[in-house]
Amino acid sequence: MNVFMPNTLAEACDLCAKQPDLIPLAGATDLLVHWPLRQSEHDKSYLDLSKLRELRKITWAADSLTLGALTTYWDVLQDSRAKSEFPLLCESARQVGAIQIQSRGTWAGNIANGSPAADGVPVLMAYDASVTLTSKSGARSVPLHEYYTGYRKSVRRTDELISTITMPLRKYDFSVFHKVGARRAQAITKIGLAVTREASAAAPWRVVANSVAATVKRCPAIEQLLQSASPIRKPDDFSSAIAADVTPIDDIRSTADYRRTVLARLLYHSLNGVCPSVT
Amino acid sequence: MQEHFIPSPIHDRSAAVSIRFNLNGRDVDIPIDPTERLLDTLRYRLKLPGSKEGCGEGECGACTVIIDDLPANACLIPTFQVRGCKVRTIESIPASSLQPMLEAGATQCGACTPGVVVTANWIKEHSDVLASNTMRALMAGNLCRCTGYDGIIDGLEKWIGKPPGGRS
Amino acid sequence: MQRLEGLSKLSGAERYLDDEPLEGTLKGCLWGMTVRSPASRGKIRQISYGSDFDWSHFVVVEPRDIPGPNETYLIENDQPVLAPGYVRHMHEAVALVAHEDRNLLRRAVASIQVEIDPDPPVLDFRIAPRPDQIQRGTDNIIKRLQIKKGDVHAAFANAYKIVEGEYETGAQEHVYIENNAMSAWMEEGPNGDVVVVRGSMQCPYYVLNALKHALQRDETRVRVIQAPTGGGFGGKEDYPSTIALHCALLALKARRPVKIIYDRSEDMAATPKRHPSLVRHKTAVAKDGRLLAQHIEVILDGGAYVTLSPVVLSRGIIHAAGPYFCENVLIESKAVLTNCVPYGAFRGFGAPQTIFACERQMDRIAHAVGLEPVEVRRINLLRDGQTTSTQQIVSGGTDRHALLDSAVRASDYDKHKRESEAFNKTHPYLRRGIGVATVLHGAGFTGNGEVYLNSKVDVGGRSDGKIEVLAASTEMGQGTNTAFTAIAAEAAGLNATDIVIGVPDTFRVPNSGPTVASRTVMVVGKLIERAIDDLAVQLGQNGKPLRGSALKAAISDWHKKNPGKELKGRATYAPPPNVKFDDKNYVGDAYATYAWGVCIAHVEVDLRTAAIRVLDFTAMQDIGKVINPVLAKGQVQGGVVQAIGWALSEEFKFKDGGMLNNTLTNYIIPTSDDVPPIRVIFHETPYPFGGGGAKGVGELPMDGPAPAILSAVAHATGADAKAIPLTPEKLLSLLPQNC
Ligand SMILES: Cc1cc2nc3c(=O)[nH]c(=O)nc-3n(C[C@H](O)[C@H](O)[C@H](O)COP(=O)(O)OP(=O)(O)OC[C@H]3O[C@@H](n4cnc5c(N)ncnc54)[C@H](O)[C@@H]3O)c2cc1C
Ligand code: FES
Ligand code: FES
Repeated sequence: MNVFMPNTLAEACDLCAKQPDLIPLAGATDLLVHWPLRQSEHDKSYLDLSKLRELRKITWAADSLTLGALTTYWDVLQDSRAKSEFPLLCESARQVGAIQIQSRGTWAGNIANGSPAADGVPVLMAYDASVTLTSKSGARSVPLHEYYTGYRKSVRRTDELISTITMPLRKYDFSVFHKVGARRAQAITKIGLAVTREASAAAPWRVVANSVAATVKRCPAIEQLLQSASPIRKPDDFSSAIAADVTPIDDIRSTADYRRTVLARLLYHSLNGVCPSVT
Repeated sequence: MQEHFIPSPIHDRSAAVSIRFNLNGRDVDIPIDPTERLLDTLRYRLKLPGSKEGCGEGECGACTVIIDDLPANACLIPTFQVRGCKVRTIESIPASSLQPMLEAGATQCGACTPGVVVTANWIKEHSDVLASNTMRALMAGNLCRCTGYDGIIDGLEKWIGKPPGGRS
Repeated sequence: MQRLEGLSKLSGAERYLDDEPLEGTLKGCLWGMTVRSPASRGKIRQISYGSDFDWSHFVVVEPRDIPGPNETYLIENDQPVLAPGYVRHMHEAVALVAHEDRNLLRRAVASIQVEIDPDPPVLDFRIAPRPDQIQRGTDNIIKRLQIKKGDVHAAFANAYKIVEGEYETGAQEHVYIENNAMSAWMEEGPNGDVVVVRGSMQCPYYVLNALKHALQRDETRVRVIQAPTGGGFGGKEDYPSTIALHCALLALKARRPVKIIYDRSEDMAATPKRHPSLVRHKTAVAKDGRLLAQHIEVILDGGAYVTLSPVVLSRGIIHAAGPYFCENVLIESKAVLTNCVPYGAFRGFGAPQTIFACERQMDRIAHAVGLEPVEVRRINLLRDGQTTSTQQIVSGGTDRHALLDSAVRASDYDKHKRESEAFNKTHPYLRRGIGVATVLHGAGFTGNGEVYLNSKVDVGGRSDGKIEVLAASTEMGQGTNTAFTAIAAEAAGLNATDIVIGVPDTFRVPNSGPTVASRTVMVVGKLIERAIDDLAVQLGQNGKPLRGSALKAAISDWHKKNPGKELKGRATYAPPPNVKFDDKNYVGDAYATYAWGVCIAHVEVDLRTAAIRVLDFTAMQDIGKVINPVLAKGQVQGGVVQAIGWALSEEFKFKDGGMLNNTLTNYIIPTSDDVPPIRVIFHETPYPFGGGGAKGVGELPMDGPAPAILSAVAHATGADAKAIPLTPEKLLSLLPQNC
């Protein structure tokens, strides 16, 4: 195993350009799991990002919030403004793993890891986050809901690193996050849901679900249903929109049926009395 | 770039790079095997076996250490990542301070216990976190199969000096 | 008295096996690993060792390296030490490899391919096997047992109502936080070389017997020492024998010390679990709710080898009729061989499974005759003088009705019940409910088990006047050493600081029996009292025992007069008077005594997710005299939480009879945030034949929580669940659509 330990983003990008098989390493909470048993991973080459100070920042601008790629869940929980402007970030951070994971796991690592069960991704997506991908040849910004191209596949090139995550500052008059796991802490999400409604916007709803498709998934059919004002009187009234948006499966943690049913119930009960058509 | 690069000792042991970090208040310099987890460095190389391995997957917290003033699982940290960091292990906590935990029955088999105590001690030193988090939520990264957690929570309450919580 | 080793554990100073440096006896130590079967049943066609490795640098052990019979000594010696050309379950040990570089060893073991010509496995114990699946006798049945009292069939004819139900419980993994760990090395002894094994274990003499048998050595040439043990719960009862053999075989072949430390996934995949069960009840009930006849059928999944299944089945059926009086009882049972990882001992040992069924059945009986769940129990609870299903006359003075009443009061049962029902009428998706279970647990070995064990304890008087307790009973977190110290100090009239607990080492301690069955304080504790008496009488005049400082002084004096000699007091098990059990017909005193308990659970169900949360839990326990309140309470709280996990989240996922979710990420035990504070109340009825007046406390707490919680879920939602774990996925299917 070889490890490169750059001190600046520019150095890191240089290394990535030279050696496209380098694996970036941030909090290591995904990469080091069962490490002694995964001997073949020991033969690969790694790029340790952990000392890139410039990526550790949380920046509030007039119209946006930017998280450096090394921002951890704990960092966000300590930011007093995050709680009022982007409450779902805190709700999600608080429910990731336990404190030992929150202190090291990064939002960018959560995105890059590409797990459909990722808890950071749905709330970022519900806030219309975009990801800045930086390489030796420059930087580009990609809306998070366009980042994934398939199961653990994304638009990120191997010479690119996630450098920042940016969310527009907007007025939301409703937001909710649900994480359903097999226990209250230290649980991988069986089904998750993040919903925001932007105050006085033409298309106000963002609905994002996790663990119900190959990637964390924004749900346009559900968003449209909410906007359409067609009456919803029971959880099952979400069924066809759910079927259009997501493709849950049976796996070691849950069943497709459970995921579909619970998604409908969470939507119904969360939006009952919030969205005028849900009663 | 040489000093930023650790080649694998499997291929070339002579090229090992050293790192420095602060361990329980003292600076240590050690040559690095890039495949080594902090947990193994502490237990097998630095002869501090107080931190335990219960799972190697970040779930049980038996390996909990404090890195730069935050609890972390030493089984998920490549040792080279702690260069320049302050690392505190169970060995930095004096036994004499642990009487309240003992009296409440915070330990039984003891396998989870060092990790439990490291997290509990951190909570004690940062008791303002209790304003927005319950003790039970803050301790949730430390699995214990013996105590049912009451002994741990009661012990921590005593340790912090709070009157034991009501049972509601 | 505080836990003796408590501060050393809390401060991280306690040294478990994996914490020890590879120095001294472990100098030059190799790491050992196990090559395991990738299939559930079949002939081993070939073991191919990866071509990238120079195998001359590794120590490899295959069955032909075993000096004696390739058998793990236990009830029946049907389990091989290493699969002899044929595997019967996934992850069965096939070969062993050792090397000093642990990472290289991991790679080398991963390169080994075990090729199997598969035969059809039995993977579902509930279904009768096909002819090509038969692997034992004519029907794969490991053991059948029956209990018969009165005439159930006649009673069914006169019943007001007949209630039938079928209940299932799943496998459970122990998840002791210290994984299995064992070391072995060679020493010189007077009769030749000695194989020394030291490790994490509950029963040093089980390990010793296994080593003697397969290594063909007598007890002067094998020695077993217990290392500090980070949890057991039954999981380190029989399997350490296998690991000890593996370690010893490698050390014998390598002529170097060897350590085997399982990682979590190997430990979960390869070691025994709690037996899954299927229990059918048919009960004849009178109009007033009295039980007229109980016909119960118990089936256990035994797994691929016999291991401890016959005794688990035995304890299971003796508890199957619950703490109730019924004149007519018929219990039929069997343990069935399958090609799953062998099931073994786990806290409660079959009783939690059958009690779960019995208590759920009681709720359904209550429903059938229109009684409150507490009421139907009150009507049927045993009274002293009445008989159990084995016709044992209940005695001992515990007032079980008072126990139930005080649990109802302490838990605010009636208030919670009323408030929950009101709450449920108004809340859109949360439902609350309360449930109860009343349980019993036989203390000590079943039937004549203690007589057969014939346990022994020595106490040594040391030249400094202190008394050393020499017993093979192990500390694994439950507080053995602390309780023994208290009992010995009390018996000797000395301070705790005058008592020393000897390390369980088969060269030094006699066989006080296995550390199981909640027997340690009660049975072994009593032996300590008697051994101290023996010592005190030896030193006293005219058969008058010495006590306190006189005893201490006499011990020192004796040593001055007999320099270099050993002073010992001894005791051997003597059964309490009038305890008789016919273990052919299962009639009589199945246990010398019973512990009794009542559990009350208050739960909340989220109809959106079908997640169940325990809001409040009360455990009322009669365990005889409480020797140490902190320790006893800790046992109960820990047992209750383990049972909450078993009831709600600890679901096994199997693939080909092997554990698919063998990680702590995917096998879900409760965290501190998942459980409420557990309210524990002791009801003390001293038991004169137990050490310090104690009955066992270890297992009783495991019995009641699962049925109490399901009872509460039924109250909250109307969902009448009959199987555990009751995961949200399963509960969802019992709830109405469109919640
Ligand atoms: C016990 C435990 C509990 C957990 N619980 C949760 C949970 O509840 N919810 C949840 O969502 N996750 C959970 N996780 C997973 C993990 O903690 C998160 O996904 C975390 O955000 C990963 O961040 P990291 O910095 O640790 O990633 P790393 O492990 O360092 O990296 C993860 C992946 O991202 C890549 N990567 C990291 N940073 C960058 C970058 N800047 N640019 C490009 N690629 C990058 C890495 O190459 C790797 O492929 C848990 C993990 C554990 C061990
Ligand atoms: S060993 Fe690190 S969390 Fe379990
Ligand atoms: S004390 Fe044994 S696991 Fe916590």
